[in-house]
Amino acid sequence: MTATGTYAPKPGAAPLPRMIGAQAALETRMLLRNGEQLLLTVIIPTLLLVLFSSVDIVDTGEGEAVDFLAPGVLALAVMSTAFTGQAIATGFERRYGVLKRLASSPLPRWALMTAKTLSVLVTEVLQVVLLTVIAFALGWSPHGSPLFVLLLLVLGTAAFSGLGLLMAGTLKAEATLAAANLVFLLLLVGGGVVVPLEKFPSGVQDVLALLPISALSDGLRDVLRHGAGMPWGDAAVLAVWAVVGLAAAGKFFRWE
Amino acid sequence: MRNEPVVQVQALVKRYGDKTAVDGLDLVARAGVTAVLGPNGAGKTTTVETCEGYRKPDSGTVRVLGLDPVRESAALRPRIGVMLQSGGVYSGARADEMLRHMARLHAHPLDVDALIERLGLGSCGRTSYRRLSGGQQQRLALAMAVVGRPELVFLDEPTAGLDPQARRATWDLVRDLRDDGVSVILTTHHMDEAEQLADDVAIIDAGRVMAQGSPEELCRGGAENTLRFTGRPGLDLGSLLKALPADSSAAELTPGSYRVTGKVDPQLLATVTSWCAQHGVMPDRISVERHTLEDVFLELTGKELRS
Repeated sequence: MTATGTYAPKPGAAPLPRMIGAQAALETRMLLRNGEQLLLTVIIPTLLLVLFSSVDIVDTGEGEAVDFLAPGVLALAVMSTAFTGQAIATGFERRYGVLKRLASSPLPRWALMTAKTLSVLVTEVLQVVLLTVIAFALGWSPHGSPLFVLLLLVLGTAAFSGLGLLMAGTLKAEATLAAANLVFLLLLVGGGVVVPLEKFPSGVQDVLALLPISALSDGLRDVLRHGAGMPWGDAAVLAVWAVVGLAAAGKFFRWE
Repeated sequence: MRNEPVVQVQALVKRYGDKTAVDGLDLVARAGVTAVLGPNGAGKTTTVETCEGYRKPDSGTVRVLGLDPVRESAALRPRIGVMLQSGGVYSGARADEMLRHMARLHAHPLDVDALIERLGLGSCGRTSYRRLSGGQQQRLALAMAVVGRPELVFLDEPTAGLDPQARRATWDLVRDLRDDGVSVILTTHHMDEAEQLADDVAIIDAGRVMAQGSPEELCRGGAENTLRFTGRPGLDLGSLLKALPADSSAAELTPGSYRVTGKVDPQLLATVTSWCAQHGVMPDRISVERHTLEDVFLELTGKELRS
């Protein structure tokens, strides 16, 4: 006997690529629709780039200020999306049962995480395009290999995603919101984004240099400002953060 | 097919720290609508969430559509629909956007526009989820549970906080689901909801099933029922009792006001009225009081339902 009514059962999961694509598209729309997220991911990096390039607030050393600032702001953009934005969004998704509801849908967990990563990458592409255009308008003259830049951005994304998801999966949503914003601010100041690390006392400098934001901004700056080869030291710092962060997130993340 | 259990729970135990939420619960649900009825804190949600694969049993076994909800989750998830008690939607998402998204995760979803129309979600317009009314949020969660054309739907308190119209619309949808061959497990603490919708009711209290059966069986089983009538005072109740089944009783409560208790069914009513006819008694104000599920529940658990 086969039921034929409107609601007659006809279950089945959609093909994986369709599920992941739909999930990534939805996550990206949610992010771009959220005003606070846009402030972090678009407005703050743009303002910093424009402001610090055109007004002599911080001594950025010899050469055009924008050549110092653009790599730092690109690193900040990656952090704002992969860490701050992802932590806050995921924390509230957990709090409001979105992760729970999706966990009983046909979408596997790994596919949800893949979709989240895709959504982060799409947002980063938009950020990089926007910031690059603005930087060029401000007289930026980048050097180095785009491949090295890409590799650093991907490593940075992995490192920040691990830390962001670790925070979102273990703290309360409100705590994540507060902590993610605080960390964003602290790393913005102390991570070589707009203030050169050389401005800090030498003991502090050594510690700050091990932060993921410092490694990313320093690595990007080596390549883009000085045309250096692949900065393996910075890449190694990012890789360690990525492995530790993602492993810890995988182990401690609580879905409810 | 009808007798194939859709859910089989055996000796389920689930603890949270010191608190035992579910304490050796056995439940078999077959095709149709099964209501899990009980007061808050009885273990309804824990039981249902274990069936949905959210919680691992501390001991006991759970099979849903023949599958282990935790180990065989990937095979089970596409076949079930889940309505959580609250939440489950991106706070910035619009109702239609979220519903379309859930549809896209399934191979053969329902027509989303028709479902939106059916549940009156069109009025949500471009409003984001966090600004929807409680009733709109509930209806969206219900729509999300059925949009993938599941075989089995779990509804956790689907009408909590709904106004009467929305409650009626939810009931109608549950009936249509059953008519079209979808099995439904719903939790509720509304007796009338269980009575109206369920083919089968499991009454849960303190983490155990106290009684299970159709609403009629439950009402017939535990409690005694009552028939009352008035007539002239001083009727010969001894002769009435002889005509009635053995487990019945009859009493004249006040002069001319009579009460018969026992298994009140059409046969008993006929016996009483024909006895009256034989004795030239006009049974005025004859009335039958059958016990409701609420009476049964209170007899079983000895406490009021807390909402």
